[in-house]
Amino acid sequence: MSKHHVSTTINGEPVEFLCETQHSLLDALRDELQLTGSKEGCSSGDCGACSVIVDGRLVCSCLMLAVEAEGRQVDTIEGLAHGDRLHPLQQRFLEAAALQCGFCTPGLLVAAKALLDRNPQPTETEARYWLAGNLCRCTGYDKVIRAVLAAATDVQEGARKA
Amino acid sequence: MTSHGHSNGFKVVGTRPIRPDGVEKVTGRAAFGADFSLPGMLVGKVKRSPHAHARIRTINVAPALALPGVKAVITAADLPEIPSEESFVGEGPINFRDLSRNCLARDKVLYEGHAVAAVAATSSAIADEALERIEITYEPLPHVIDVEAAMAPGAPLLHDDLFTQGVEPAPTRPSNIAKRLQFVLGDIAAGLRAAEAVVERRYTTQPVHQAYIEPHACVAAVAADGQCQIWCSSQGQFMVRAYCAKLLGMGIANIRVTPAEIGGGFGGKTLVYLEPLAVALAKKSGRPVKMVMTREEVFRATGPTSGAVVEVKLGATRDGKITAAQAVLKYQAGAFPGSPVQPGCMAAFSMYDLPNVHITGYDVVCNRPKVAAYRAPGAPIASFGVESCLDELARTLGMDPLALREKNAAREGTRTAYGPVFNEIGYIDTVTAAKKHAHYSAPLGPHQGRGVASGFWFNVGGESSAEVHVNEDGSAVVVSGNPDIGGSRASLAMMAAEVLGIPVERVRPIVGDTSSIGYSFLTGGSRVTFATGMAVVQAAEEVVAELKRRAAMILDVSPDAVAWKDGAAVPTESYLGKFDPLSLATLALKAGRTGGPISAKASINAQGAGPGFATHICDVEVDPETGKVHVVRYTAVQDVGRAIHPSYVEGQIQGGVAQGIGWALNEEYIYDGCGRLENPGFLDYRVPVASDLPMIDAVIVEVPNPRHPFGARGVGEVPIVPPMAALANAIFDAVGVRLADLPMSPPKVLAALTAARN
Amino acid sequence: MPRVILGGEVGRRYAGGATEIAVEADTLRHLLLELDRRFPGLGRQIEEGMAVAIDGTIYQDTYVVPLRPESEVCLIPRIAGG
Repeated sequence: MSKHHVSTTINGEPVEFLCETQHSLLDALRDELQLTGSKEGCSSGDCGACSVIVDGRLVCSCLMLAVEAEGRQVDTIEGLAHGDRLHPLQQRFLEAAALQCGFCTPGLLVAAKALLDRNPQPTETEARYWLAGNLCRCTGYDKVIRAVLAAATDVQEGARKA
Repeated sequence: MTSHGHSNGFKVVGTRPIRPDGVEKVTGRAAFGADFSLPGMLVGKVKRSPHAHARIRTINVAPALALPGVKAVITAADLPEIPSEESFVGEGPINFRDLSRNCLARDKVLYEGHAVAAVAATSSAIADEALERIEITYEPLPHVIDVEAAMAPGAPLLHDDLFTQGVEPAPTRPSNIAKRLQFVLGDIAAGLRAAEAVVERRYTTQPVHQAYIEPHACVAAVAADGQCQIWCSSQGQFMVRAYCAKLLGMGIANIRVTPAEIGGGFGGKTLVYLEPLAVALAKKSGRPVKMVMTREEVFRATGPTSGAVVEVKLGATRDGKITAAQAVLKYQAGAFPGSPVQPGCMAAFSMYDLPNVHITGYDVVCNRPKVAAYRAPGAPIASFGVESCLDELARTLGMDPLALREKNAAREGTRTAYGPVFNEIGYIDTVTAAKKHAHYSAPLGPHQGRGVASGFWFNVGGESSAEVHVNEDGSAVVVSGNPDIGGSRASLAMMAAEVLGIPVERVRPIVGDTSSIGYSFLTGGSRVTFATGMAVVQAAEEVVAELKRRAAMILDVSPDAVAWKDGAAVPTESYLGKFDPLSLATLALKAGRTGGPISAKASINAQGAGPGFATHICDVEVDPETGKVHVVRYTAVQDVGRAIHPSYVEGQIQGGVAQGIGWALNEEYIYDGCGRLENPGFLDYRVPVASDLPMIDAVIVEVPNPRHPFGARGVGEVPIVPPMAALANAIFDAVGVRLADLPMSPPKVLAALTAARN
Repeated sequence: MPRVILGGEVGRRYAGGATEIAVEADTLRHLLLELDRRFPGLGRQIEEGMAVAIDGTIYQDTYVVPLRPESEVCLIPRIAGG
């Protein structure tokens, strides 16, 4: 079984990897590239723990073939912070205690980033429906939503200052 | 041990610092079980039974072994045969024969998904192919899923050596009823005769899964000399070590278990499934083996909690005083005995001061996965019945449901139905706080209703070890042996910081592996902040005592002259002389000169965990056209003793409530006529998502537990106990229909509404 | 002398139906030894399968608890959590 060669961009960096036909993007991220921040919770696109952003669109990486990443821009949790500067979403999650076990957290953060990229000042209801594809079993979502709404304001203020 | 006071004069305890492991988690760098890799690692996979109940006639693994890339195949024949006996290895009794047979079936398969063989291969695809090639012939047998069907005479029997315990005379014929229990207080017949109002109803619940988002995962490596290393996410690395040792016939000293971060457990990871298989495969193949369950496997083969039948009868006089409380609880245990019917019986009426109580419980096996612990095991099911029935009693008497609870509330000195008398407890405080809360008197809209319910959990203590080391710059490391499933690491650091008198950022908590820290009982039972916290405080106090001695040496004064305040050695009040404070950092620098590194350890068996109580208020809106129940508002009041880190206490409460709501409204296992699970995935096993829930108001009440240095009680389990009844009571309030069968999903609600209209 | 309250089934199986007995002992360990002496098997059953509530506080898997002359010791099933 010969492998496929894929050239793509991950978190802004050009990346190449080899993969088999049936490998998902999640498999490639975790096993070929050791980017284990995206998690496998269900492999059927129902839990959102594997969420990444591909060409600006929120995607379950378990539902995308690795070969489909060819020529695309992929953003994962590992690219959310810049060096030691956390994204406001990450900072707010920490301050609001919006994580307990932390397993769903990377997926939630990526999904929340995709939300704010598209809707900079969401209401609570908009945030809840957008994030309905990210299952969390620990928090009951209360502190997660609060953190996302607070981060939205942070991002807006940062944009105003810039 | 000194008590650190029951006032709010704390510097660290009660604040909300950022958790020390937080940055790793929000950047995706924290390592969970499936994130580990070792060079040369093989992929392990499990072959599972397609039948709900069958005899295993033949197993032929040769075709799988012949496949290039397959390095090992195991079946039950590769595990030592264990006689049926109950061993007491911590939270037991554990029947290791049953656990072994659950990990790999021997003679019979008892549920669809039951593991029969496992392979290790050089790739996932080859492992899958190898599983296909294993040839197994089965003789299917009739199966039984439903608890009462399993109890009925003539039901298919799972074990021909299972005889009902707790029945006199001891039965001579095997049964699916593993145990019958009874708890009796007073005279139930007299209590019922004295009642002026009697309410009786039958409630049913379905099995639900803990549904942690992280599937089970581990990596095992065995060296040529038999030394074994395991990395896994679990609720207890010492439990994994002990269970693997027992199931594989290995010495405990030859196994080292490193806890990975754990992606949720809720009780479902307090036992082993993959680890013994991974070790056996690693041994046979001579290479490390990684095993990760798929979501489907998690549903088909790991413990849900019981489904049950709960029959409740309550009698009271017109003034609301309950004179009689009776319950019959029939719980499914799954394939092997061990449902949580016993704690269910014990917790059912514990919120109340009742003179006449009679509780009967049945532990019943059936062809479903073996049940595992799930947050306050047994209690949510019993309370669904009892708290719903109390609501019906309140309506019959024309009484406010909180007033009814207040009238019968357990307090200090109340005798429980399972025996002991309560010490100081905070139940009535939660009822009072609920009554006073704005939620309780807020107006309701059309199709809306309000329900209340109470809950209780024992909380446990147990063995914990901790070490506190002072670093050369005056910062500290706290090592403990408990995986952190809810933010306990932060609480432990905070308690140590409070005792040492230094900022919490200067205390680094870590979770040690089984070779690096003394034995610690697993994370569960709401015990870590309580028991491991106690050990941490004890070790920190010993460090402080040592620091005072070192200060005395440096200052050349008597040790009696030295006190510890705000992280420094200062003169005691009675000391006549003076000296400037000597900070922890200064003392740390001089540690070598004054005697050596400063550290202390504590290994304890913590007792006296205080019980937890809660009262919840829930508002729902019911859509009369679809039967959908929308949770509009939720308030959870809980006595936590003392909130060490209030954000994580609130988090536990909110998370438990969310699970209870899922249990109440949507979650259930759906089986076909052959006993096969039809919804082993998150699409059709519907847990609450962000758009299902409102903000959850967690109200913390503090009635300190005198047995903990900071007054903490366990908090994690109580919050899942009230929601199911709170929702059922709210639905009744909204639409006048009593739902007694969980889950209260839209089709069921709609059917009940339609029936009521006709 | 501390009073020991036995649950129905335990009393029937080991103590001939007794539900409450007085036992001379000053620690839990001594109590268990004394119970085992008077009702063979009872001490071991408690030690391995049960918990005790002494004056309301639950103790599990431990010997190291002092008893007062007025102590009430209640035998209860083991508690496990999730």
